[in-house]
Amino acid sequence: MRIEVAVVSGKGGTGKSSISSSFATMGERVVVADCDVDAANMHLILNPKIEATAPYLSGEEALIDSKKCTGCGVCVEHCRFDAISYSNGVCVVDPIACDGCKLCYRVCPEEAITMIPNDKSKMLWGSFRYGKMVYGRLEPGEENSGKLVAMVREKSSQIAEESAIKKVIIDSPAGIGCSVIAAISGITHLVIVTEPSLSALSDLIRLLTLIKGYKFKKGVIINKCDIAPIISEEIEEICAAEGIPILTKIPFSREIVEAMVNGKSIVEWAPQSKISDSIKGVWDSFL
Amino acid sequence: MTTNKNFKVAIASGKGGTGKSFFSVNLFYTLLKMGEKAELIDCDAEEPNSALFFDLKERGSQEVTQLVPVIDHRLCTYCGECAEWCSYNAIVVVKDKKVATVMEEMCHGCGACSVACKFGAISEKVATLGKVTNFEERQSGAKLVEGRVLVGVYTPVPVLKRAILEAGAPITILDSPPGTSCPFIHTVNSADFTLLITEPTPFGLNDLKLSVEILEGMGKKFAVIINRGGIGDSRVESYLKERGIELLEVIPFSREVAKEYSLGNMVVEQIPSVATIFETIAQKVIEKKGEYNNEN
Repeated sequence: MRIEVAVVSGKGGTGKSSISSSFATMGERVVVADCDVDAANMHLILNPKIEATAPYLSGEEALIDSKKCTGCGVCVEHCRFDAISYSNGVCVVDPIACDGCKLCYRVCPEEAITMIPNDKSKMLWGSFRYGKMVYGRLEPGEENSGKLVAMVREKSSQIAEESAIKKVIIDSPAGIGCSVIAAISGITHLVIVTEPSLSALSDLIRLLTLIKGYKFKKGVIINKCDIAPIISEEIEEICAAEGIPILTKIPFSREIVEAMVNGKSIVEWAPQSKISDSIKGVWDSFL
Repeated sequence: MTTNKNFKVAIASGKGGTGKSFFSVNLFYTLLKMGEKAELIDCDAEEPNSALFFDLKERGSQEVTQLVPVIDHRLCTYCGECAEWCSYNAIVVVKDKKVATVMEEMCHGCGACSVACKFGAISEKVATLGKVTNFEERQSGAKLVEGRVLVGVYTPVPVLKRAILEAGAPITILDSPPGTSCPFIHTVNSADFTLLITEPTPFGLNDLKLSVEILEGMGKKFAVIINRGGIGDSRVESYLKERGIELLEVIPFSREVAKEYSLGNMVVEQIPSVATIFETIAQKVIEKKGEYNNEN
């Protein structure tokens, strides 16, 4: 059976991408799905050769033709996103507030409204030094990242199937919203990367609530574990109570940043280091 | 010379974990200590953390809700018009099997289905998305507002927009959600000035460029703060110089800062050198407010 492992964190900046890029460069053939479509970073380390792209329609935006608009206000009354207002006797749409629901377009008696597709976002895929990679690029400011994540996931599974690759590594976005849910649905393994800080702890608790019902195999990596050992212990207690094992604890190290600056994963940059050993340990025993 | 006009400064970053909340709470604390009338609104409604750093008294809260459809199966003809009108795939109708189901977690509450239904089969009920809580900081009496969505809600936007409505002090700090999509856009769109917090690493630079692209596109004023200065390389600084973007300040990396922040301590209280940096930053924020007042 194919292993699909998602690396998540709740709080941003705990080291998700450092862990996923290490998993990606263990030497085994893998498919990497960078699902942080808002701010994808894995390509900076994996440097994939892009072979193809596909457009992604993230939504639509209403546009009112001021020549046809009579300023009757039917659209204003119907819009629940406060996205339409009057200006010089006609109605105008605030593109930031517009949710793309199309209701104004449907109710306008003058047929003055058109829906403009947001189609600048895309999905890209190709090869990197240890296999294949898929990632999304959500055009800044566009929405529906969950749908793009689902598309990246589907494509990565398809590529794994076609190329007979047994492991898919999913780098999840931060937070606990729809794009995280899309990143973890249907996976076999979940690695949570956290750090011992009050903020990360509070985010971890919300993340644990989110994943409660899921049946996949779960484990936690505590990164920068020596920054605040007291909180690290608290994290261990919470995980023990939830029955989630601590896979490894990684002390703070500048080597992780050095690896990133040099465009490599930590296991490539410092293969003999303690950190690399512990990440390899997780790879061998958990996955 | 600060007037009482409300000036909102958003603290944002494309990449998560660059230190937005660290920056927001320490700036808030510093401004209060300098005698400024400031308030903090935590707009990171998926993972709000600012309240953890203060001694607070709750001053009341408000639920943020939206309407979701309820289908009356006695009146429904399973024509599928409501599903056709729904732009969010939140209604599934299978005529042959007489199925019409609402998936509430996908509904955006636009009301299109109610307008679409010609048989009066759709009514609406209130669903909770999250809440906005007002707190008062015990020592200064200053206001801290927190937006918090329920776990599993599709978007934090309605909650954070509601939280921002609470703004009113001469200086409002908006602690923005990470990323570059709608939650970020809605927060910076409400702000009069944005400070982008980045770190001097390739990931930090990549995400900074995305944020800059958006803010420039929106015609928003902004400046950059480099946090954890000295950990990576100098490419962020070169980029800022090249693009003529204002670098407001560099906060150097120190293990001690990371430790104090992790423990939930106010770093400017614990480390004098950091306090000095934040006083400089606070002064610059007050200057930005002055410029804003003169222009408006």
